[in-house]
Amino acid sequence: MTEGTPLTYFLILGTIMFFIGIYGFLTRRNLITILMSVELILNSVNINFVAFNKYLYPDKLQGHFFTLFIIAVAAAEAAVAIAIIINIYRNFNSINVEDADEMKY
Amino acid sequence: MNILSLFVIIPLITMFSLMLTKGFKQARLVAAIGMGIQLIMAVVLVFMYLHERNTGNTQEMVFYDSSMWFPSLNITYTVGVDGIAVAMIMLTAIVVFAGIFASWDVQFLTKEFFISLILLASGVFGFFICLDLFTMFLFYEVAVIPMYLLIGLWGSGPKEYSAMKLTLMLMGGSALLLVGLLGIYFNSNPGGTQLTFNILSISKIVIPMSAQHLFFPLTFVGFGVLGAMFPLHTWSPDGHASAPTAVSMLHAGVLMKLGGYGCFRVAMFLMPQAAHEMGWIFLILTTISVVYGAFGAIAQKDLKYINAYSSVSHCGLVLFALLMMNKTTMDGAIIQMISHGLMTALFFALIGMIYGRTHTRLINEMGGLMKVIPFLAVVYVIAGLASLGLPGLSGFVAEMTIFVGSFQHPDIFHRICTITACASIVITAVYILRVVGILLFGPINNEHHLHLTDAKWYEKTSTVTLVLAIAGIGLAPLWLSNMIGDSLGPIMTQLSNAF
Amino acid sequence: MSNFNYTLFIVLIPLAMFLLLGLQGHKFKKLSGILGTTGLGIAWILSLITAYQYFFVYGNVGGVFKPMLAYNSVWLQMTETLHIDMGILLDPISVMMLVVITTVSFMVHIYSNGYMKDEQGFARFFAFLSLFTFSMLGLVIATNIFQMYIFWELVGVSSYLLIGYYYQKPSAVSASKKAFIVTRFADLGFLIGILLLSFNTKTFDFISLTDIHGPAIACGAGASFLGLSVMTWSLIFVFMGGAGKSAMFPLHIWLPDAMEGPTPVSALIHAATMVVAGVYLVARLFPVYAISAPQGLEVVGYVGCFSSLFAAVIACTQYDIKRVLAYSTMSQIGYMMVGLGVSHYGGEEGLGFMASMFHLFTHAMFKALLFLGAGAIIHAVHTNEMTEMGGLRKYLPITHITFLIACLTIAGIPLLSAFFSKDEILTAAFHNNKLIFFVQLFVAGLTAFYMFRLYFRVFWNKEPHYHHTPHESPLTMTIPLMFLAVCSIFAGYIPFSQFVTSDSKPFESVMEMGIAIPSVVVGLFGILIAFVMYKKETTLPDRISTGFSFFYKWAFHKFYFDELYLFVTKKIIFRFISRPVAWFDRHIVDGTMNGISAVTNYVSFQIRGFQSGQLQQYAYVFVSGLVGLALVILYAFVK
Repeated sequence: MTEGTPLTYFLILGTIMFFIGIYGFLTRRNLITILMSVELILNSVNINFVAFNKYLYPDKLQGHFFTLFIIAVAAAEAAVAIAIIINIYRNFNSINVEDADEMKY
Repeated sequence: MNILSLFVIIPLITMFSLMLTKGFKQARLVAAIGMGIQLIMAVVLVFMYLHERNTGNTQEMVFYDSSMWFPSLNITYTVGVDGIAVAMIMLTAIVVFAGIFASWDVQFLTKEFFISLILLASGVFGFFICLDLFTMFLFYEVAVIPMYLLIGLWGSGPKEYSAMKLTLMLMGGSALLLVGLLGIYFNSNPGGTQLTFNILSISKIVIPMSAQHLFFPLTFVGFGVLGAMFPLHTWSPDGHASAPTAVSMLHAGVLMKLGGYGCFRVAMFLMPQAAHEMGWIFLILTTISVVYGAFGAIAQKDLKYINAYSSVSHCGLVLFALLMMNKTTMDGAIIQMISHGLMTALFFALIGMIYGRTHTRLINEMGGLMKVIPFLAVVYVIAGLASLGLPGLSGFVAEMTIFVGSFQHPDIFHRICTITACASIVITAVYILRVVGILLFGPINNEHHLHLTDAKWYEKTSTVTLVLAIAGIGLAPLWLSNMIGDSLGPIMTQLSNAF
Repeated sequence: MSNFNYTLFIVLIPLAMFLLLGLQGHKFKKLSGILGTTGLGIAWILSLITAYQYFFVYGNVGGVFKPMLAYNSVWLQMTETLHIDMGILLDPISVMMLVVITTVSFMVHIYSNGYMKDEQGFARFFAFLSLFTFSMLGLVIATNIFQMYIFWELVGVSSYLLIGYYYQKPSAVSASKKAFIVTRFADLGFLIGILLLSFNTKTFDFISLTDIHGPAIACGAGASFLGLSVMTWSLIFVFMGGAGKSAMFPLHIWLPDAMEGPTPVSALIHAATMVVAGVYLVARLFPVYAISAPQGLEVVGYVGCFSSLFAAVIACTQYDIKRVLAYSTMSQIGYMMVGLGVSHYGGEEGLGFMASMFHLFTHAMFKALLFLGAGAIIHAVHTNEMTEMGGLRKYLPITHITFLIACLTIAGIPLLSAFFSKDEILTAAFHNNKLIFFVQLFVAGLTAFYMFRLYFRVFWNKEPHYHHTPHESPLTMTIPLMFLAVCSIFAGYIPFSQFVTSDSKPFESVMEMGIAIPSVVVGLFGILIAFVMYKKETTLPDRISTGFSFFYKWAFHKFYFDELYLFVTKKIIFRFISRPVAWFDRHIVDGTMNGISAVTNYVSFQIRGFQSGQLQQYAYVFVSGLVGLALVILYAFVK
């Protein structure tokens, strides 16, 4: 299926996704969207892993397994993050990231 | 077990026993017993030491013992004493003992107070018995850090500020010191053999000159901060003014001596060549200290400030005498440390007791106290006379030994410094008599002071112990002078080889 | 060689008394006076025995009085050669001083039993008197210069304690402080002198210092500084210490104020014993002065001469009877200094030395008598001011007679003791320095004048209104007066030149009529003027003082020396040195330290802004850091 498609395409896709994620992470104020941006970043990495594995070491599976791990960890992380966000919402009545700035000096 | 280790172990046991006590009465009793035993041990040590020497033990350090503590860095626990260390241990034991009694009526967190105080004391004892640079440094820190708590919690006036200032300046000093000590350590094997922290082993070799030029000032200044060397003395007035009585006593009486002792035992003993070359810079600074401290004291209004400046002057004289580098002045320097330790402890004890009665330390707010509290007043006069160098009390012995010794220096520059320092005896008389005149004599100028009570038994215990020690040294100085003088051989050899 | 070990007790008994009365005095109450007096009585007898044994039995070996060490032990070892010893040195001057001190002290002890009867701190007074006597005795028997310095300081402090005896009186407190600090300043000179001397001679020991064939004296021709040899400088510095204790110009200012102390104290310390310590010091080192530092001796002579004139002039204008006596003391000590200053070493040439010691001896007796008499007067009329006295001869017969004897003695009337001693000083001055001689002759006249001014004003003149009739003092006070009066009359017949001489060899001194007659005439003339002016109440004194109003004002204000010193101490030292030092310390040195911490604080306040709590800001920094790092790596490693 992927014959003829160069590796570069996948990498460009990964990079675009990564930077969309970074952009979202830095600019959105809503914690849920920030969390979604983080997911985007993780998935861009997943794409890279899978692509490199396929093109550079087709007879190995480490890349795939790593991706599976990341998906599992991301799921756990999303659960924890949403729990935190709910708590923040309960405390501040807002999920705006700028309102949660108690952790300073 | 080595007898010297007991000097660290007894305070530790006392501290643990203190933790088990209930109420302030039990706590102070336990502290007094512990330090009483320590004082007895110190007296025993003096006699054991003299006995060793009399039976022909000519080792540089007696009761020597060494065990490996941290092999990968060659840190050992090495103990041993000579006459000088014995004398300093005796001084510490006396001052701590008197200090416990002077703080007999501390009722705020008594247990914790005595624990910190004794922790400090154990650091000092450890410092004096150790012969390993690193262990020495460790005990030094143990002695310095409880000071922060003691001043910050039990102090008076701007205590947080003073505690912070004192701790930071002393920590700054120990930072320099640590670099200096590590510098000595890494240069302790010119032949490519094992590096060592052991003072005795290092004294056998000559540290390369380039290293000495770098590390002598660091070590000397590092210890000099604690010895209140101009211009690094300013922690002393504030620190002493805010500290509780016993802490002032211990601090001025003993802790400041760590500085002088360190300069002597580490900086000059291990790096004599640099001491010869760079001594003159510090000599000028200490001469300034001596005169400047005395002049500074004249203009003060607070009793503790007066004493703090007077300590700057007297401790300056210690370093001054060390830098003159002959046997008489070294002898005098050590006697001056002991003498100053005793009399300044006495002063601070008395100031604490007077403050406890009148609730002021400003001399202008008091007057005529001789009439109402004769015992304390008379002891204050004695302390004052000791401080201005009255013969028959310890100050005279120390000062005269220093002046006579340093005037024998062949170099004219050193003799001029000596004469300048001599001037301090007049200035000292001025500020001491000024205080005594205003504070104790004259009519009583505050009717609240008409019904003060004179010293309680524990206050008498505290002051009489110190007065006896001061008069003892002042009347019969020969044995002390000889005990110290006999132990000066190694450093004199070091210094004369350095020429 | 005899065993002089018992001399140790002369010193130790007063010390024991001091400790006993000082620590336990409150338990003895009135008994403490008797205890102290008894102790001193024993010491007095022991000193007399010592004097007899030394001068008549053992001391004279082959025509020379040998110095003897009755006791000596090392007190503190400084270097191999320099060590402070504690010991007892017996030689003519020290034995003479033992007698002087114990006699006067014993009399003063007896007298104080009456005089101080109603004072609080009776035991304390006797404790301090014993301390003083102990220190003074220790001073004169010192075997080495450092022992002398030690006891020198101790007499200073006992003087301080005794002047400040009435410690609730501010004037007494400040007088004691002044006395201590001025003498302390002089002692700084003494100490520097000792240091210089010991640096050159490598010894503290008097016997080796004053050995005229010894190495110490030979050091005289050492390096020089400002035209004088180092030896001369060191002896001038030593003399500075002596001048301070002996209230020589310009270090005299403490002595008049020291009269704030109880009168027996003034008699003992500030007239008879401590203030002559300076003379004794010079006499002790006399061979060194005379042989290796003659310029030093000249300084001694001129300072003594000027002081005696200066003090005599001031004494003529004062009204406080104790102050008049204080200035007279200063003037008489000036005489003794002159005696030393015009003397040479050895034989007849050493007449001045002998005369000076002689005068010291007689002066101690009559001046103690004068002070104790003044004490009796003050005791009777409760004031020091002579303007409030007059006609007292009726009320105080014994005091009157003894006081008159003392006045005649000090005026140099023939056949009384001071006539002989003063005459010998004048003779020595005449042969060595004419200028000093004439000044001293003039001072002799002034002395007679101001003493009789005092005498006539107090005992004759117009009687003021007394609140209660003055009455004669009790026996405890009059017995010492009578005893000292006898001494004042007969002390002059001791052939001093047989015992106390510069080289310890007796010689015959002869009286030169050519000098004795003018001095007597001058003395009588002074008495005559005083008689005319003060016998009856006249306006003559006032007219004279207005006639010389400018000069009178200066003399009355003691030539403004107190004001000058006050200016130097208060204004210059306190305000221009101490305050600025304290300010400098607080603001510059400490300010630097605080400045360092303030800078640290400021910087950290600035830096803490980075820790904003804003998650996205952290992320932004993180990402830009990452990008930056990536760029660096790309640039550095990827070609």
